[in-house]
Amino acid sequence: MDWTELIFKTIFLIIIFTVTLIVAMYSTYGERKVAAFMQDRRGPNRAGPFGLLQPLADGLKMFMKEEIIPLTANKKLFIIGPSIAMTTALLTGVVIPWGGSVTIGGRIFSLQVADLNIGILYVFAMVSIGVYGIMIGGWASNNKYALLGAIRAASQMISYELAMGMSIIALVLTTGSLSLHEIVSQQHGMHWNIFYQPLGFFIFLICAFAETNRAPFDLPECETELIGGYHTEYSSMKLGFYLFAEYINMFISSAVIATLYFGGYNMPFIDQLGLSMNTATFIGTFFFFLKIFSMIFLFMWIRWTLPRFRYDQLMNMGWKGLIPLAMFNILATGIYYFFTELK
Amino acid sequence: MQNLTNRSKMVSDKKMTFLEWIYIPAIIKGMSITIRHFFGKKTTINYPEEKREFSKVYRGQHVLKRDDEGRERCTACGLCAVACPAEAITMRAAERKPGEEHLYREEKYAAVYEINMLRCIYCGDCEDACPKEAIFLTDRIVASQYERKPFVYGKDILVEPLDLNLRIDISARQTEAVHQFKSVKRYAHNK
Repeated sequence: MDWTELIFKTIFLIIIFTVTLIVAMYSTYGERKVAAFMQDRRGPNRAGPFGLLQPLADGLKMFMKEEIIPLTANKKLFIIGPSIAMTTALLTGVVIPWGGSVTIGGRIFSLQVADLNIGILYVFAMVSIGVYGIMIGGWASNNKYALLGAIRAASQMISYELAMGMSIIALVLTTGSLSLHEIVSQQHGMHWNIFYQPLGFFIFLICAFAETNRAPFDLPECETELIGGYHTEYSSMKLGFYLFAEYINMFISSAVIATLYFGGYNMPFIDQLGLSMNTATFIGTFFFFLKIFSMIFLFMWIRWTLPRFRYDQLMNMGWKGLIPLAMFNILATGIYYFFTELK
Repeated sequence: MQNLTNRSKMVSDKKMTFLEWIYIPAIIKGMSITIRHFFGKKTTINYPEEKREFSKVYRGQHVLKRDDEGRERCTACGLCAVACPAEAITMRAAERKPGEEHLYREEKYAAVYEINMLRCIYCGDCEDACPKEAIFLTDRIVASQYERKPFVYGKDILVEPLDLNLRIDISARQTEAVHQFKSVKRYAHNK
């Protein structure tokens, strides 16, 4: 890797980092607006035009709050918890292909920080480590509600990761590759994976809701039973990190869903327009973000529609519903490809 | 037994059918309801910019009226304070000195007239009790404050301005029924 490549990657990394944070920041605003609109209210509209400065005000509030570390808490772990949650949430964006390629000064750069040949596994690894952030935070708080929330989070995430992994195996059977870049380029045109793997997409979507601890799977922090769940004892920006990590996770999982099932940055009929490479990439990225935002909207739409699951219902659905369904999906896909490949 | 509403439904714990068990139709139904509300009309009123229309006889902040020549109507008889169920009104009477005829309508006037807006329940009994048509409740809203003290409104806030254009309009409250009521001498306060 030469110098220009390195500089480009560094700048690109910083851009992704910033965009992720900004999108997550405005997701909080979007969430409040969506919630308000669905409940016939107006939502935040006082800070700045249409309340657009509300996230800044919220962030400032988080920073200004008193920072409390409980006396009986394990101080080191108490600080490490939210850090892990935030770091792992941000790390996943590295493998996602945000766009095609751009030419700058005659050189071609790919709009993906790291094209790992095991991209999907990397995403899974990061998601799994994310559990540690919640678990450590809940444990270190030395509070029964926090611990209960953390245990719920861990068991929920582990249960749904299984079904999620299985739905991905079926996808890998179709694409024949673990590299996200490869998967996206295979979906060129309208060959989106959702048309080939509708059941897999459905399972993946449900599991993504569970993995990001979003309603109707927000049991780890259900305020009616557990006060605040794993972040009961957290205050100030450490609480902000947990809340923020949730929104980053939502953004990243929307991006992953868009990449795996909705063709990533591919836009139908882009070839017929006869655009230059840079313009096409730009439009592709724009289209990718459109897909991501639609997914985020779906996340919010579901959250403000459905009530929370009961814990036994959650476990029943994960183990007795989704995992057998995912296994069936793998089997069906395998049989289909076995017979079509034979011909 | 008679139903309380016509929307009541019998509850049963029958076994769910397959369609009910997979929840999907119910989820889609719920989501269609929320999306309809998403684009629906919002019920919130942006308060300081928009104001809800009040009833004509809304009972808000009080006003102490002046007569056409700009003299205070209040004669500090204390009937409003007696009538007040919340004991929000206090006053101290004073005698009108020669040369003050342009200020006060009667020979006695209220040197101090205070209403504690935190105690007031806005029932309008003071208005009914007043024989001089001096005190009225208006459609103005009592402003919020950070402390308790400013809620005790004195004459500086309560008495309406001298300027004829700035007078507080209370015509909506002086309905025919009110005039009728005020003219009947049978009621104690009108004697």
